[in-house]
Amino acid sequence: MINRNAVLEMEYLNCRCMLLELAAALDRYDRAPCSPGKETPADERLMLLRQVIRILAEPSDQPDRAKRMLQLMSDPVD
Amino acid sequence: MYYIQPHYHGISRTTDDYERMAQAGVVAVGEPSFWAGFDRHYPQTFLDYFRQISEFEPTRAAQYGIRHYCWIAVNPKESENLSISREVMAAMPDFLDKPTVLGIGEIGLNKNTRNELTIFREQMEMAIRRHELVLIHTPHLRDKLKGTMLTLDLLRELRADPARVWIDHVEEHTIKAVLDGGYWAGMTLYPQTKMSPRRAADMLEVYGVSRLLVNSSADWGPSSPFTLQECAMEYRRRGHTEQELIEIFHNNPARFLGQNPKFDICPIRIGYEAIAAS
Repeated sequence: MINRNAVLEMEYLNCRCMLLELAAALDRYDRAPCSPGKETPADERLMLLRQVIRILAEPSDQPDRAKRMLQLMSDPVD
Repeated sequence: MYYIQPHYHGISRTTDDYERMAQAGVVAVGEPSFWAGFDRHYPQTFLDYFRQISEFEPTRAAQYGIRHYCWIAVNPKESENLSISREVMAAMPDFLDKPTVLGIGEIGLNKNTRNELTIFREQMEMAIRRHELVLIHTPHLRDKLKGTMLTLDLLRELRADPARVWIDHVEEHTIKAVLDGGYWAGMTLYPQTKMSPRRAADMLEVYGVSRLLVNSSADWGPSSPFTLQECAMEYRRRGHTEQELIEIFHNNPARFLGQNPKFDICPIRIGYEAIAAS
């Protein structure tokens, strides 16, 4: 298994790029006009993305962010 | 759809690129002088490189009907070596007079060092003296903001004509200062790690298409000349017209580069005229 420094060496630029893409997509959303005849939507997908971003940002004892994000974006299981 | 690819490093690419670019509507490319992946030790190596991009590359592109132009300069990274840079600069005028050389570029900053600034200034002074078009590289990543501000300071001090200066690799945090200064701004698209076609489409929508150039660089690193077409597709997907696409991907480069009479491809307008079916 590679060490933490090597992970950063390999992933920093990709992560930087993905975060910029995410920020640009949210900016695009904010700039866009509302759909005709509709109120400003409190779209569930947007709220979900914001919850997911919080998971991304917070410190974690466990390396399980991807799992928790996918669980959050999954249909409930009985 | 016709494209002019204003920033393309053919020397790093195979001939397949030219064939596929021609198939994808590219009618002309501009090849700036750049850092070829390692620091050259001899001024003569630069001169052979200038010969290659001003004499040989046009013949390779011509096989596929693509017009090839180039720019001559000591690139920002190698301008760290003052003595080699000055020897190369002494030979640049002969190349600048060649029929497909459009101006001085890419010059500018890489790590924003004192030596880089010195050679940047000296090449800018040469450009102003000779009334050349200028293509300026701005640093990538964390050096970009400071490097862009240093660039704008120098251009103001030298009273460069903004209409003849293209400042490349702008991003969301630098584009406004470049456009507000009256310069042309270039967005260089990469398939990963740097500016993406979607973010470029955003900036075209936010800032308008005037004085904006979209290019795909395409060099020896992970890159693709077809990020240009990806950006065009994204822009079209957002509901913009074919003429708007032509303005961005053909007419803007034609307008900027056409300030040098050697570049004789003119802006075009699409005509939709119905013709008989038989």
